[in-house]
Amino acid sequence: MTNPPGADLHLSEGCMAGIAMHEMSLCESVLQILEQQADTQQYRKVKTVWLEIGALAGVETEALRFSFDIVMQGSLADHARLEIIEVPGQAWCLPCGRNVAVRQLYDQCPRCGSHQLQINGGDQMRIKELEVE
Amino acid sequence: MCGVCGCGEGHSHSHDHDHSHDHHHHDHEHGAAHAHAPDLNPARMVRIEQDILAKNNRYAAENRRYFNERGMLVLNLVSSPGSGKTSLLTETIARLKDDTGIAVIEGDQQTARDAERIRATGVQAVQINTGKGCHLDAHRVGHALESLQPDSHSLLFIENVGNLVCPSSFDLGEAHKVVILSVTEGEDKPIKYPDMFHAADLMILNKTDLLPYLDFDSEQCIRYAKQVNPRIKVLSLSARTGEGMDNWLRWLKAELELQRIAYA
Repeated sequence: MTNPPGADLHLSEGCMAGIAMHEMSLCESVLQILEQQADTQQYRKVKTVWLEIGALAGVETEALRFSFDIVMQGSLADHARLEIIEVPGQAWCLPCGRNVAVRQLYDQCPRCGSHQLQINGGDQMRIKELEVE
Repeated sequence: MCGVCGCGEGHSHSHDHDHSHDHHHHDHEHGAAHAHAPDLNPARMVRIEQDILAKNNRYAAENRRYFNERGMLVLNLVSSPGSGKTSLLTETIARLKDDTGIAVIEGDQQTARDAERIRATGVQAVQINTGKGCHLDAHRVGHALESLQPDSHSLLFIENVGNLVCPSSFDLGEAHKVVILSVTEGEDKPIKYPDMFHAADLMILNKTDLLPYLDFDSEQCIRYAKQVNPRIKVLSLSARTGEGMDNWLRWLKAELELQRIAYA
């Protein structure tokens, strides 16, 4: 028996618990930054968090959303909205001598087929902006 | 040594600041003609522009400075569970410990079994239990250094939690990530878990003594690894039989020498 098309879940392979843990610990890092910034930027409550997540950052955005709500519970960002800005992957192709778009780390150059690519964009995980009060 | 370590400080600090916080707000409110309701702050935008891993990276930089000051070679060993990391370590230690100072940091979710196996070889080991955590972070490694107190010019192995996903994102301050892949795992691991093979400088194909019994295609595996990371170096060995161990020991000695020269 074959699976119906589209039955596969396109999460990164590996145990789901591990994946969720990864995004969970990233959210804990986000919360630490929010708490640190509360002093210097003078806010008490975070209403929205804009995260910039590169396509090559190894982050599952769905797992990140799931973890975010859990980690923020009872914190200064309880019930905060999470806005994810997805940034496409970009790499410098050595043979072509120019930047090319890549969708995954192990992609080949879409122009020349080379694997000699140096990722230079889309691997970031950054907090961009907050809506606070 | 934890110069950037915020542990234990965070809470008292934020309480202190809470007071000045209020004063600041009052100042603002007067100017903004909201003096009648000082606690009703309107929502506003704050630009942060902070890397989520920045904190880990700061600890990692601190660890790296510590390692380099002492001319140490530090390797972060990563793999899936059961690839033979600990056996590779005990065999490596047995062959190197008379020439080189060696210490080990062991990361596992639970138990101190691996650290005990390492200590049985006669070198120092510290076990970090990550509990629910799926990787070691630079902060915990920094604290492990406090109890280890490794010698200058020594070799420190950090055996990460068995997991081919998360440890790739967490710099510990190591000179190299070394990914260990046993031939019982399937040659397509490098393209299934590209982040890890991308982050590693060296791939060790372990358990090569089992190759006659398996369909594992070593050449295809190496092609996949180079596809993900053209700079990756590859060594094949069997920690059990000792086949190929010489090259691994030569690599270690050469890297150790480079580190000693660079940070004499």
